[in-house]
Amino acid sequence: MSGPSLMDSLFQRTLEDLIKGLRQQLIGEQAFISKALEEIRKEIKSTDLSTKSTALLKLCYLSNLHFHDMSFAAFHALEVLSSPRFSHKKIAYHAISLSFHDSTPVLLLITNHLRKDLTSTNEFEVSLSLQCLSRIANVDLARDLTPEVFTLLSSNKLYVRKRAVAVVLRVFEKYPDSVRVCFKRLVENLENYDPQILSAVVGVFSELACKDPRSYLPLAPEFYKILVDSKSNWISIKVLKIFAKLAPLEPRLANRVVEPICDLMRKTGAKSLLFECVRTVVTSFSEYESAVRLAVEKIREFLVDEDPNLKYLGLHALSIVASKHLWVVSENKEVVIKSLSDPDPNIKIESLRLVMAMVSEHNVAEISKVLVNYALKSDPLFCNEILGSILSTCSRNVYEIIVDFDWYVSLLGEMSRIPHCQMGEEIENQFIDIGLRVKDVRPELVRVARDLLIDPALLGNSFLHRVLSAAAWVSGEYVEFSRNPLEFMEALLQPRTSLLPPSIMAIYIQSAFKVLVFCLHTCFVRGGSTAGVSASASYESFDDLSVENGADSTVAHGQTCTSAPITNESIVNLLKLVELALSPLLGSHDVEVQERARNLLGFVDLIKLEALNSSGQEENDSERKGVEATKIIRLVHDAFSKELGPVSLTAQGKVPVPDGLTLNENLGDLETICGDIELPSSNTFSFGYPSEEKDVSSFSNLQIKEDSGQSNESTSLLAEHRKRHGLYYLPSGKSEVISNDYPPANDPALQGDNNDNASDLVKLTAESLVPKRKPNHSKPRPVVVKLDEVDEKPVAVKQLESRDDSLSGAVRDILFGSEDILPTSSRSNLPNSNRKGKKKQHMITQVESKENVVDDGNSSSRRRKDHSHGKERRHRKKNAEERNETDRKEKESSSNHPRRHKSRQRAEEPLKVPPQTSVIPDFLL
Amino acid sequence: MIHFVLLISRQGKVRLTKWYSAYSQKERTKVIRELSGLILTRGPKLCNFVEWRGLRVVYKRYASLYFCMCIDEDDNELEILEIIHHYVEVLDRYFGSVCELDLIYNFHKAYFILDELLIAGELQEPSKRTVARLVAAQDSLVETAKEQTSSITNIIAQAANV
Repeated sequence: MSGPSLMDSLFQRTLEDLIKGLRQQLIGEQAFISKALEEIRKEIKSTDLSTKSTALLKLCYLSNLHFHDMSFAAFHALEVLSSPRFSHKKIAYHAISLSFHDSTPVLLLITNHLRKDLTSTNEFEVSLSLQCLSRIANVDLARDLTPEVFTLLSSNKLYVRKRAVAVVLRVFEKYPDSVRVCFKRLVENLENYDPQILSAVVGVFSELACKDPRSYLPLAPEFYKILVDSKSNWISIKVLKIFAKLAPLEPRLANRVVEPICDLMRKTGAKSLLFECVRTVVTSFSEYESAVRLAVEKIREFLVDEDPNLKYLGLHALSIVASKHLWVVSENKEVVIKSLSDPDPNIKIESLRLVMAMVSEHNVAEISKVLVNYALKSDPLFCNEILGSILSTCSRNVYEIIVDFDWYVSLLGEMSRIPHCQMGEEIENQFIDIGLRVKDVRPELVRVARDLLIDPALLGNSFLHRVLSAAAWVSGEYVEFSRNPLEFMEALLQPRTSLLPPSIMAIYIQSAFKVLVFCLHTCFVRGGSTAGVSASASYESFDDLSVENGADSTVAHGQTCTSAPITNESIVNLLKLVELALSPLLGSHDVEVQERARNLLGFVDLIKLEALNSSGQEENDSERKGVEATKIIRLVHDAFSKELGPVSLTAQGKVPVPDGLTLNENLGDLETICGDIELPSSNTFSFGYPSEEKDVSSFSNLQIKEDSGQSNESTSLLAEHRKRHGLYYLPSGKSEVISNDYPPANDPALQGDNNDNASDLVKLTAESLVPKRKPNHSKPRPVVVKLDEVDEKPVAVKQLESRDDSLSGAVRDILFGSEDILPTSSRSNLPNSNRKGKKKQHMITQVESKENVVDDGNSSSRRRKDHSHGKERRHRKKNAEERNETDRKEKESSSNHPRRHKSRQRAEEPLKVPPQTSVIPDFLL
Repeated sequence: MIHFVLLISRQGKVRLTKWYSAYSQKERTKVIRELSGLILTRGPKLCNFVEWRGLRVVYKRYASLYFCMCIDEDDNELEILEIIHHYVEVLDRYFGSVCELDLIYNFHKAYFILDELLIAGELQEPSKRTVARLVAAQDSLVETAKEQTSSITNIIAQAANV
C-alpha cells in the first residue's frame, strides 16, 4: 500500500496538469474526464495527505465546472480536514462547502473538526471554518457550535469577528434558540466604530429585518445613528433597507427618518445609494409628499439617462410608485411609451407593465388599440407579452373596467388574428366566459365567432384552434342571434376542419348539430315560410333586447335574414351537406369525434325522409308524416334551448345529499362483477364497424381505403366551398390541386396601415392616456352576471401572517425581556415547558402591574395589530419597558410626549383583549 | 443576499460557480444552463439585469467573461454591479491584469479571493488593499507548507519510512 502511495505522490498529476490536459486532450472531453476521475478515485485513497488533498482539489475542479458528482469523497474530505497543514485544510474546507448538504451522512463527524478550528489561534483557520459553517450549518451543527461562535463575536481580531457576525445569520436561521445566547453581543457590535464590523452587523440585521421587521423596532435608535453618521455607502444602503421595513410599522419613526433620507438623496453622488433612497421612499414613505416629489425628480433623471441600467431601474421604481401615486406615471408617460420600443426586452416589459397600470375604464379602448397595433409588428415574444397583459388587465375582477362589451369582444377577435398570437387558451376562456355572463353582448359575440369560423385560413394556425373551438361553441349555443345559420353550417363543416385536433373537431360537430336543429326548428315547427321575425319574437329564451336586436338585423340586412332563406329546399341541401361532410368522420380514430358524427348523422337519417317528403308535392301525405319529424325536432330543440349559466366552483357542495344515499359506502363489491369485463382499448373503439371489417382483412388496408375516400370527398367539398367563399381564397390558376398552404391569417406585410415607429405610437397615445372626462357612453354598461364567492378574488390585501416562528419569537424575547435569557444551549430541549413554568410564576406580577402597562405611551392600535404573542411575553416586555422608561428619563429630559395618549388609553382600556401585543418602547421620542 | 455567483465565458463554458443557497447538483446544472441561455444571448447595450424565477440576476461582461450574481428581488442591483467590479479589480490586482486564462489555471485562487470578499452571501471586505493583504498572507502560509513537502529531504524521508 505504501509503495504506490510514494509513486503517487511523485508522479501525481497536479490540478494544473489536469487543466492543461483537459484543454489539449485529443480523446474527447468526456473520455478524458472519466479517466481523470478514475485516477482521482485511486489517489484519494492514498495515505499521504498531500496526494489526497491534490486529488481532492482536482475533484473539486471537476465537480464545480463539469458537474461530476463528488459525494463519494465526503469522508476523504474529512480526512484531509484533520491534517495539521493549512494548505490541506483550505482544500478540504473548499471541498466540503462545495459538496456537503443537509443529508450528507458524514456531516455528524465534522462537528469536532469545526470546533477545533474555531478555537484555533490561527485567524485564517478560524475564518475557513466559519466560512464552511455558514454554508453547511444544519440544526445540530448550529446548536453544538453556538458557544464557539458566541466567543468569536467579541474576538479582538477584527478579521475573525466580522466573519463571526456574518455567520451568525445562518446559525440563527438553523437554530433559533441560539438567539438567546448571541443576540446581545450582536447588538453590541452595532455600536462598534469599525466600518467592517458595522457593515457585517448591519448586513445581518437587514436580512433579519426582511423576515420579521417588527421584532427589530426597538433597535431603531441605533440604526438611526448609523444612518446619520455613516460614511460608507455600503452601510447606508443596508440601513436604508432596514428602515424600508421598519418605517411602515411605526409612523413616528417614519417621521423622524424621512428627513435624513431626503438629505442623503440630495447629497449623494453614488447612483446605487441614490437608487436605494428612491426605492426606500417610494415603497415605505409614500405618504410624505415632499419626499415622494424629490424621489420622482430623481426617477426622472434615471429615466432620461443614457445608461440602460438606470433607465430600467427608473421604470422599476415607477412601477412601485404606480400603486399609490398614479400621477407620477402619467407625468412620465412619454418616456414610458417610448421605452416600449426600446431594444432591451426587459425595459420593454417593465414599460408595458406601467402602461397597463395606467389603464382605466375611460382609456382602456384607446390603449388597447394602440397596444394591439404595436403587438402586430413586435417580435413574437413581446407580442404575446402585450396580448397577455391586455387580456389579464381587461378581465380583472370580472371585467370591471370594460363598459362596452361589443368593443371588447371584437377586440378579442382582432387579437386572435394577430399572426404571433399564442394566447388562444386565454381568449377561448374569455369568449365563453363573456358569453355566459353578459347576455347583451351575445349578438356581437356571434358575429365575431362567425368571422373567425368562416375564414378557412385561420384553421391552419394551431395556436388559434382553442379560439376556434370557443367560436364554434358560441355559434352553436347562441345560434338564435345569427343572421344566417346556414352560413354557420357551412363554416362548421368546411373541409379544412380536418386540420383541427379531434377534441375541437368534436366541438365543431356538436355545434353543427345545434345549428342544424335550430334551422329545422325554424323551418318546420314555426310554420315554415312565415316564421321570420314573429317566430323569433315568440321564442321563449329571448329577452326583450335581443328580440329587438334580432329584429333589427333581419330588417337592416335584408339579404339573409333568419327565416327567409330557410326554405325546404335549403334544408334539403343542408342535410346533404351534413351527410357529405360527416360520413368520412364515422371512421375517425377519435372516439369523441366518431360518436358525435354518428349522433348527428343518425338524427339526419331520422329527419331526412320527412324533410324530403314535405318538400314534395303531396301536401296531405307530408302533413301526416311531418308530425313525427316535428315532434323529434321539437324534442331535440328543447333539449338544446335550455340556457347554460355560469356555475360557481363550489356549487357542487351546495347540493344536498339525498336521504338514503351513503357516499362513503365501499364499492369493493363491484370489483368482482366488473372484473370479467375487459375494457376495450381505445384502438378497438375507433374501428367499431363490423360491416366493413369483414371484407377488409387488415388494418392498414382499411386505413388506406378510408384515407382515399376522405380525400376524394374533401376535394369535392373544398371545390364547393371555394366556389361559395371565393373571397377567402387566393386567386390561383391551379384550383384543381388542393394544397393545405393558405396564406397566414394576417400577414403583417399585408397590413399597410401599420404605424412604423414609436413616435407615432407616442402621438397616438398622447391623448388617450390623459385622464379624460368621462365620455358619454351611448349605452349603459350591460349586466355582468357574477357569482358570489368565486368571483370575489382573494383580495390583494393578504392578511399579514402572524409570524410567530421560533426565530422572531426568540428575538423578541431578547429585545423585550432580556432578564429571561438562559445562556445555555442545552435549554433548547424543553423550551416549552420552561416558558410555561415561568408564565405561571409571573402571573401575579402581571395582574399587579397592569396599571403600569396602561400608562405607557404607546398607541393602542399597535396592540391590536399583532396577535402573535402569547401571554407569557407580556410580563417580559413590561419589565423591559420599566427599564427602558427609566433609561429614557435619564437620558432625555423632555419626555412629556408619552402622556399625550394617556386619556385615550384609559378610555380604551376596557376593550383590551387578552392576546396582548408587544409594546414597543418608544426610544425615538 | 447573494444566492450564487457564476462566471461564464462567452462560449458558455463555466469558469467558476459559488453557491450561497442550497442547490442540489442537478439544480445547479439546470440553473447554469438556463442562465447562460438567458444572458449570453443578450446584446451589448442592454441593461445588466435579468429577472429570473422571481429573483434577479445581475451580470456584467469583462472581456470574454460574464460575471453573474443572483440576488433577491429587493436587493440593490447597482450595489451588486459595484461588488462585481470590486471583485474584478481585486483579481486584477492579484494576478496583474487578469485574463480568462489566469482564472482557468488558478481556479482555486479565484475562489479563495471570492471567499475573502463575500461570506454567506454578503459583502465582507470593501477594501481592496485588505483583501490583497489577506490573500497574500494565506498564500505564504500555503507556500511554506508546500516547500516543506516538496523538498528532497522530505521525499527521501518519506521513502525511507517505507
